[in-house]
Amino acid sequence: MDIIVKNLTKFYGQQKAVDNLSFEVKAGEILGFLGPNGAGKTTTMKAIAGFLTPTDGDITIGRYNVSDNPEMVKQMIGYLPEHNPLYTDMNVIDYLRYMAQLQRIRASKINDRILEMVNVCGLEGEKHKHISELSKGYRQRVGLAQALIHDPQVLILDEPTTGLDPNQIVEIRELIRKIGREKTIILSSHILAEVEATCDRILIINKGHIVADGTADQLRKASSGCECLRITVEDANRNDVVRTLQSIDTVELVDTVADKTDSFEVQSRPGESSRRAVFRACVDNGWVLTELSPVETKLEDIFRELTKQ
Amino acid sequence: MIKKIFKTTSPTLTIACRELKSHFDSLTAYILLVLFLGFSGIFTWIYGSDVFFYGQASLQAFFSTAYVTLFLLIPALTMRTIADEMRGGTIEMLLTKPVTRWQIVGGKYLSVMLLIIIALALTLPYYATVACLGNIDHGAVLCGYFGLLLMSSAYAGIGLFASSICGNPIVSFLISLAIGLLFHIGFGIVGHQFGGIGGQVAICFDMNSHFDSMARGVIDSKDIVYFASVTFAGLFAAEKTLESKTA
Repeated sequence: MDIIVKNLTKFYGQQKAVDNLSFEVKAGEILGFLGPNGAGKTTTMKAIAGFLTPTDGDITIGRYNVSDNPEMVKQMIGYLPEHNPLYTDMNVIDYLRYMAQLQRIRASKINDRILEMVNVCGLEGEKHKHISELSKGYRQRVGLAQALIHDPQVLILDEPTTGLDPNQIVEIRELIRKIGREKTIILSSHILAEVEATCDRILIINKGHIVADGTADQLRKASSGCECLRITVEDANRNDVVRTLQSIDTVELVDTVADKTDSFEVQSRPGESSRRAVFRACVDNGWVLTELSPVETKLEDIFRELTKQ
Repeated sequence: MIKKIFKTTSPTLTIACRELKSHFDSLTAYILLVLFLGFSGIFTWIYGSDVFFYGQASLQAFFSTAYVTLFLLIPALTMRTIADEMRGGTIEMLLTKPVTRWQIVGGKYLSVMLLIIIALALTLPYYATVACLGNIDHGAVLCGYFGLLLMSSAYAGIGLFASSICGNPIVSFLISLAIGLLFHIGFGIVGHQFGGIGGQVAICFDMNSHFDSMARGVIDSKDIVYFASVTFAGLFAAEKTLESKTA
């Protein structure tokens, strides 16, 4: 089911949290939502889940508009809020049953769904415990189980892996990947590696605006634009190497690497590649080339670049 | 049609059941029941102008003590209902389920009323005992119980509104007590102090005058309309406050 957000604007009093935001998520796509704190991620997700009424703009899920058909839309959405609020005075099974009833799952199916969720989310050993006795990781799983219990077409997960240990993070990522094959998922996170590992597409927002949209590779290409190589040369004089490489037509800049004496970073002019020329230069001068590898711009750098204003 | 009615009532019932269960799980229900039965029992049977003081087989003594006890206990019962959901953030969980604000407020109201019905049902032995002592006017007793229910419903409405205002249960307890006090004695005092149209209007809002006639066994549609409107006004205000929190 497609999610279409059109010109979404949200004011909190005088403060503009989301400013004319528009994007689409196709069915079966996992969209990663990135942005610094206060960028408007959570506000946008709350508006899609139908909790906040937007000041302006339209949100459509499938054929239904969130503000016109809130009940229909809410039945199709599984939502995990940011701080994962739970009724701490209930035990896990009772809580899941309550959520299942509110999601209007047929009474005959409720027990099956609860058992399946307990299995999928790994709550087998904790299912009779009070939620107040659970650790943060297990609470997060209960939150996820609650979001998945009615087998929704659309999942909105606000920071789903906070508080989990590394093993659990991997498990939850795999779970999201698995269920993401047939569902539309929007997830927010501040762990960039996680977004890169789980999401098909990344949306970076800053101060309520979209600043980047695309796959991780597309973002890299768009942000750097120039080829950057890291080379290591042995049996050569440092200054000679820098001088020779700098004289190549396609090379923009040669830089030494701080902690290694025979490594260099070579940045080409936009649209040019200097790999072959670098190799030739080494051969001509009789230097031994032991490393020649493209340097990928890290997602962290792109993120910082785009959101630092 | 029936399906549609079921669809709108079923989330309300689901919420009401969970609320009622959580009242009993957290001991609040037991403590309030004991307090209610204790107070009304002492003042009906043992102390002050009790049943024996009247010298008649009537439950007047019980109705007037229950009237005061419920006035104090209902705010304690309602104070956490919506305030806790807002403080814990679970209101976000509820409102992103296919549930309307009215169903949430309605479910909470229903759970409070169910608990009050349980409390009142537990006082039926009083009725049976007094009936053994002499000739009791069954109609008047029935009417008195009905009056207590209506009056509780009005305070439950006020309490839910107070609970929806902020996330602090103590503050909402005090607010609902303050609003309740206004209806309980405030309007009466104003009405009796000042004559004229203003005084007349104030008397109309006084809960005592509406309850007294019912406790004596007179059912007037005017009284029923009064209690129903106070209840509805409270629930309506609670729903609107909830709406404003998500705007």
